[in-house]
Parts: sequence; structure tokens; C-alpha cells
Amino acid sequence: MVQYTTARLDASFAALSDTTRRGVLEQLGRADASITELAEKFHMTLTGMKKHVGVLEQAGLVTTKKVGRVRTCKLGLRGLEEVAAWIERYRQLWDVRFDELDKVVEELKQKEKVDGRKGQE
Amino acid sequence: MDAKGKSDPTSAKNRTTVERKSERELVVTRTFNAPVRIVFEAWTKPELFKRWWVPKSVDMTMLSCEMDVRAGGTYRLEFGHPASEQPMAFFGRYIEVTPHSRVVWTNDEGGEGGPVTTVTFEERGGQTLVVLHDLYPSKEALDDAIASGSTGGFGEQFEQLDELLVALGGSVGRS
Repeated sequence: MVQYTTARLDASFAALSDTTRRGVLEQLGRADASITELAEKFHMTLTGMKKHVGVLEQAGLVTTKKVGRVRTCKLGLRGLEEVAAWIERYRQLWDVRFDELDKVVEELKQKEKVDGRKGQE
Repeated sequence: MDAKGKSDPTSAKNRTTVERKSERELVVTRTFNAPVRIVFEAWTKPELFKRWWVPKSVDMTMLSCEMDVRAGGTYRLEFGHPASEQPMAFFGRYIEVTPHSRVVWTNDEGGEGGPVTTVTFEERGGQTLVVLHDLYPSKEALDDAIASGSTGGFGEQFEQLDELLVALGGSVGRS
């Protein structure tokens, strides 16, 4: 099971570590776009943008389709979902821990209140 | 029986957020409805710490919990799991301890690749904001940790996270 997710997670996180690529994902979240459009939007050369899109595609975050001479990019949800799932799992671990910590903290708070009251009497 | 000033603990559960801040950092935040001295106490006193650190849904018991919470002091947590004869140990060293404010420790059980964890406590209007920050030595180290399924410096031994996931009813695409 570890093997299965490892490669894809690696690729996804690598892909997400770059500002431009995160920007591209955000952009594609709004609307599909061609590589040329993306290159213009991010003030890059066509070659540069092709590379970025390639990395995103490899990670499964983006899919592309060539129609005529234009390559259109759209969001590929699979990779994102896996990264999100891992992050969510990590969050849940801390969430259950912190729920317990909440109980301990609440108990201490009540105890302090009671002790404080006793002290005043 | 109780009058004023009781912040209702049942009304709204505080949210835990997680963010991958950079390619080698993870940041967890949570607010607690109590002054900082109380939250800090619950975090740094072993007898209190052991009551919340291990998720109940994970079939593990804390066998021992030694914490010498001061700069240069060490900690060692040992856990038992029905599926394993050997206890699992997590250990490291406190780099910095500032009462009611900040604790920094290493996670050494995984060797060189372990993160340095910084927890800060900040009181805001009677509540305490806790920010936990895991900084890995390199991007590769964090990627490895992610790939192994471990989280929060629990090293690769923490495969029980999968059970936790199941217990929590979460789902990750597994073949």
C-alpha cells in the first residue's frame, strides 16, 4: 500500500512546491487554458510553460489534450485528491489528539476554578 | 451552579488546521479555550501528556513516558501494540523550553531524517493558540515521511496510522 502511493505523492508534492505551478493549478481551477495562454499569463516562454505543465501532468494534477495545433490543459483531480487525503489524515491525527488535550485542559480549568474558590473562602 | 465567565466548551469545537508551509515544513494550528499556563501544563507534564498524545482509536498503549522538559533535557516515549512484541520507542532532546511560550525538540528515533518540532503557545483573550511546526532537514526527508505513512515525527514505525484512518472512517484510494 505504501509503494502504491509513494511515487504519486512524491510527484504531487514536487509539483506543488513551485509557485508558478500552484498558480497554474489555480488558474485551471477557474477555466481550462491552452499552454500559450498560460505562458502569457505567467510571463513565460512557451518552452518554460510546457515544462511546468509536464511536471503537473506527470503528477496527475493536470491533463492535457491536443486539438488541432492547440494543447488545452485542464485540472486532473486525481493527484490533488491523494495529496489532500494525506494532509487530511495527518490533520485527523492531530485533531483527535487535540480533542483529548481539550478534555485535559478543561479538567484543569475546572480544578483551578474550584481551588480558587476554596482559596477565597 | 456556575454563573458568569464560563466559556461553553460544548458549543463550538475548535478546528485543527494543517498546512504544508514549504517543501520541508508542516504546520498544525489549534485554539484551546483556556489560558496559556493551563495548556502549557497539559503539554509538558508527563502524567497529563500521556492522557492525550495517543489517539484512542489506535490500538496502542503508552508503556512509559519520560520527559525532562528543559533545554538539553531528553524525552522517551514507549508504546506497546498487540501486533508487535517489541515496544516502539520515540525519543529526542529538548532544544529550547520557554515556559508558557515555546518548546522545541528533536525527533531522533528515525535517525538523521527526523524533523525538529517547535510548538508555540500564544494567549489571546483567555484562549490559547497552539502552533506546531515540523521542520524536516530536507524536502526528501519530509517526502519520505509522507511516503512511509508516518506523521508528526512518529517515524516509520507508526504504521498504525492506517488503522486510525479506518477507525475514523476516512478513505484513501488504496488498491
